[in-house]
Amino acid sequence: MGLELYLDLLSQPCRAIYIFAKKNNISFEFKHVELFKDSVLGRRTPGGNNPEQSHAAQSQSAESGKLNILKKVPALKDGSFTLSESTAILLYLSRKYNTPDHWYPSDIQKRALVDEYLSWHHTNIRANAPKTMWIKLLIPLFTGQPLPSEKLQEVMEGLSASLKQFEEKFLQDKLFVVGSEISLADLVAVVELMQPVGVGCDIFEGRPRLVEWRNRVEEAVGKELFLQAHEMVLNIKELSNIQIDPQLKAQLAPVLMKVLQ
Amino acid sequence: MVVELFLDLFSQPCRAVFIFAKKNNIPFELKHVDLLKGEHMTEEFDKVNALRKVPALRDGDFTLAESNAILLYLSRKFKTPDHWYPSDLQKRARVDEYLSWQHTGIRAAGCKVYLSKVLLPLLTGKPFCPEKVERAIEELNVILKQFEEKFLEDKPFIAGSEISLADLVAVVEIMQPVGAGYEIFKPRPKLAEWQGRVEEAIGKELFQEAHKQILNAKSLGVAELVPELREQMACMLQKLIN
Repeated sequence: MGLELYLDLLSQPCRAIYIFAKKNNISFEFKHVELFKDSVLGRRTPGGNNPEQSHAAQSQSAESGKLNILKKVPALKDGSFTLSESTAILLYLSRKYNTPDHWYPSDIQKRALVDEYLSWHHTNIRANAPKTMWIKLLIPLFTGQPLPSEKLQEVMEGLSASLKQFEEKFLQDKLFVVGSEISLADLVAVVELMQPVGVGCDIFEGRPRLVEWRNRVEEAVGKELFLQAHEMVLNIKELSNIQIDPQLKAQLAPVLMKVLQ
Repeated sequence: MVVELFLDLFSQPCRAVFIFAKKNNIPFELKHVDLLKGEHMTEEFDKVNALRKVPALRDGDFTLAESNAILLYLSRKFKTPDHWYPSDLQKRARVDEYLSWQHTGIRAAGCKVYLSKVLLPLLTGKPFCPEKVERAIEELNVILKQFEEKFLEDKPFIAGSEISLADLVAVVEIMQPVGAGYEIFKPRPKLAEWQGRVEEAIGKELFQEAHKQILNAKSLGVAELVPELREQMACMLQKLIN
């Protein structure tokens, strides 16, 4: 049993891992977790219910239970070792598969700058970028109610502030966050910023420096791979037609309304 | 020239950096940035950290923000003992996993309790809002349960048998709501035992030195904060608990 990556490409951190693994030719089994059907309700746990492998499935489900405690993707399974949190997964893969140095430079100051970005990212870009999708698409989809535009404005203001800091402190006039080559910092940032783009909040508009950076990242990753990873989130109309489990809808609606308070 | 660490022990991530540097006998110059005097919002400090936060590090021309990054940088530059950030790939991944999760996990929840119960009332001069505090505590309870079940499990420390950066970062965050008067350890014997082990591994004296300020709520005062700055800070912090 080889490396398994539990991913839903609708999720930003999943895309970072998908791109990183593919770009570095890391062979893995893609375990598709559909966020709105499986992992959130925790019914079909990462590990699957494959009737042909009932014995394996049983021992797997003990691990899956572990994997599923936080009910989140992405998740990694490497033999009996399970891991959550995209930062941890990216670093684990970079070390285990000895990926090119620029992803996580061995120079301790450059490395520190990647760490600095990866840390700041959680409570800044990642605090607001995902909410654009929740507010514009997912919550109305789940609750049947449109949302007041003030909520979206609040989120966009927060996101603007983060983008300003990103450009002024992290990017400055460099090609990438850590200098002249792409690193994990750029990868993690770019996938997050594609989420608002997918729901029509084009945060790149009016930010030429950011556009240039994004183009460089796309090229460094490879346009084909980049588009492949983002196909789902950039075809959001398809998403509004997905069949959501009514039980899931009922369970999630109150939780989601709370999220927005 | 010696590494400069810009700290205020009122802040959890600053305590982690302080404890780590002291424990490992890392020579540094402590630059006190008094948050309650607004010293993090000065032009001078801007040059050290444009994000206007502590902790921050300056090593010659090199400046660095974010406690996770600072801790890792120090561990590499000063080649601290392996257990802090194990070279074993899987143990290291456990530490990374915790350091990542904690931003929106313990740190967020612990901060909310402290902000709503102590800091915001101090800054605004208004009594705390019981519903907000209660909501923050409920959230913290859920998070602590996740911490015990997923990260600690039945191990002595997060990454196994020895203390690592994960435990250090966790313990300083958990002490914040304790500073707000919230009884965290009594109903949670497993957590209490873990905290005892962490304190011992660090050294009781150092642990207490680092936590002296936060555990003495009476010592807090915002008299030296200019009203506009006080309002600005209150506004910023208010968003965090909404």
